[in-house]
Amino acid sequence: MLCESQLRSDIRRFVIDELLMGDTSVVLRDEASFLETGTIDSTGVLEVVMFLESEFGLTVLDRELVPENLDSVDRLVCFVMRKKHAA
Amino acid sequence: MCGVAGFVHLEHRPVDSAALRRMTRALVHRGPDGEGYFEAPGIALGHRRLAVIDLADGAQPLCNEDGSVWVSFNGEIFNYLELRADLQKRGHVLRTRSDTETLVHLYEEHGLDFVHQLNGQFAIALWDAKRRRLVLARDRVGIRPLFHATSRDGTLLFASEMKALFAHGAVRAEIDPVAVGQVARLWVTVPPRTAFKGVEELGAGTMLIVEEGRRVVRRYWSHSFPDANDYEERSFDDWRDQLDATLHDAVRLQLRADVPVAAYLSGGLDSSILSALVRRERAGQLKTFSLAFEDARFDEREFQQRMVDHLSTDHRQVSVGAHDIGEDFADVVWFAERAMTRTAPAPLLRLSRLVRDSGIKVVLSGEGADEIFGGYNLFREDKVRRFWAREPDSQARAALLSRLYGYIDRDPKAEAFWRLFFRPGLEDTGDPYYSHRRRWENTSQIRRVFTPHFREQMQSDEALQAELESYLVPDRARWHPLCRAQYLEMSLFMSCYLLSSQGDRMMMGHSVEGRVPFLDHRLIELAARIPPKFKLRGLEEKYILRKSFSHLLPQSVASRPKQPYRAPIASCFSAGKSNLTARLLSREALARSGFANVQAMDKLMSRAGTGGLGERDEMAIATVASLQLLDHLFVQRSAHAQQEAPAHAL
Repeated sequence: MLCESQLRSDIRRFVIDELLMGDTSVVLRDEASFLETGTIDSTGVLEVVMFLESEFGLTVLDRELVPENLDSVDRLVCFVMRKKHAA
Repeated sequence: MCGVAGFVHLEHRPVDSAALRRMTRALVHRGPDGEGYFEAPGIALGHRRLAVIDLADGAQPLCNEDGSVWVSFNGEIFNYLELRADLQKRGHVLRTRSDTETLVHLYEEHGLDFVHQLNGQFAIALWDAKRRRLVLARDRVGIRPLFHATSRDGTLLFASEMKALFAHGAVRAEIDPVAVGQVARLWVTVPPRTAFKGVEELGAGTMLIVEEGRRVVRRYWSHSFPDANDYEERSFDDWRDQLDATLHDAVRLQLRADVPVAAYLSGGLDSSILSALVRRERAGQLKTFSLAFEDARFDEREFQQRMVDHLSTDHRQVSVGAHDIGEDFADVVWFAERAMTRTAPAPLLRLSRLVRDSGIKVVLSGEGADEIFGGYNLFREDKVRRFWAREPDSQARAALLSRLYGYIDRDPKAEAFWRLFFRPGLEDTGDPYYSHRRRWENTSQIRRVFTPHFREQMQSDEALQAELESYLVPDRARWHPLCRAQYLEMSLFMSCYLLSSQGDRMMMGHSVEGRVPFLDHRLIELAARIPPKFKLRGLEEKYILRKSFSHLLPQSVASRPKQPYRAPIASCFSAGKSNLTARLLSREALARSGFANVQAMDKLMSRAGTGGLGERDEMAIATVASLQLLDHLFVQRSAHAQQEAPAHAL
């Protein structure tokens, strides 16, 4: 059973370590858009998807490659929870 | 910077002084400031000098205190001041202020391990008279060239350029079809193979030791990366600080010279960073040089001018068009001594002429940064294809390729075709050549332009693979995919083409010494240890380099995506052109040499005027053109004629 708080913690660690290059001076708000805050550019979604697939054993389909699923910590948490429940 | 030549044979025969002089003088362009010789029974060392350090007393060959160790040396030892101080502490007596003299004393101290002490770019011929041992050594990544061949009587000839070997008279130039086949796939020949049968290149980071009738090849350095899951736990800022300090120090060392040091300014990130660092390190006016292209597709002068304004450099520029490239291409092949798939060296030859005409002997260039920090599209393509391979049916993942190659966006109708182009082998992500396989397979189609008879003499794919594996280090599978791709690019294209055909050879063609601070071995080794995620962030190339030095640059230059350096090809030699290359591409000349299929070349050249050529077609034309020139300039001329550059050259 996937624990939401653990999932959130894992995703936050990934975002801080990998997307923000370990820059802890930035306050990472879970609802903030990665694109709007410059955390990733439009090609950075590649890193996010590779993380989800490697870490959680998911397959992200083309129709799921949209900001509504992938553009913030909150959205990632929801997306992974949804995928896992559907599996 | 200089030229080295000589020979050794086992029997203590008197040396053929005239042959030594012919060889050495074939390298006059590498060293117009003087020449010197050392001769003893069985050994001959020649040297042409371009005086850069210790202008008064740096003549070569030179020896140690008792005359038992002699050296003829091409290159620079940038840490020579530190080495001199250490040697003097150990009691060595140094008679000059040159970097060269450190070599003989370091050899006395460390034997064959002396090379590990060197920070520099070098090709060394060292004679240990007591042991009757010849040591040939080349710098870690192959910035300076060194070749050797063996005559029928067992004499080993060596020289900075192959034309000097042919000038000896005992070795004849003969085109190696296997080498041409390798170029028409890998873009390079795999060392020790060269364009000519029987002539070998001493590979980068390699020594050849000749002693007591034995020859031993010893690789003393090679690229290395951590295992993919074994990177040091360090913060981005920590890596950035170390990168900043190391590159600063590399530039500081490479500014050491007794003549002014200038810089190339391409308008891209790497040369802009270098020029900015030089301005910080050195007071006074910095001279910069750049290329402009008449064809706007290749031109970067807008960004060059921004850097010139930003740094207030004393800037000079040469504008190059297809006509100029056509005129110069014969000289390019004369100096580069290889078949090549592009004409891009030609403008660089013209640029080095401008440098020399401006009274400058030494120039810094940004080569190497794309390789060590992951700047090429090839690396991004590899990353996208691996991402796509996880879901091969995904359209969206494949669409990321459009971020890499602008033409995909411009022609949406072609989408199905480019998807097909990148699809083969997509899921073979364990292939050790995954990053390069598509490029190589695409290039190998140009072999069709050769006659069946010539193609039959090329090696099979299996034989080529075996030759490649014997050149490359094993155990690469443990490295991160980006590192595997970087390693192939550095070991093949950078060391075997870029640093020579677009570096040393084009600069030395006009007696200019190029220096490449990004290839300071300390920086290469540091960059290899930096985690891949800090080099290629998402698809943002050279991320850590950009982050570290962007504050030194105008925003428009710092954030600029990389523009590949290219030059026109077919239009340089097309119908109506009267240059030597165009003449050698005529039906009669092609039929005479027998390399290329006349009808196939006819079709290609007729399409050249209509703009109907793809990149692969252009590469085929450049390959055939360079091969025709190699044959004309080296094979069809007698050995004696080769001691002088052709009339149109220089």
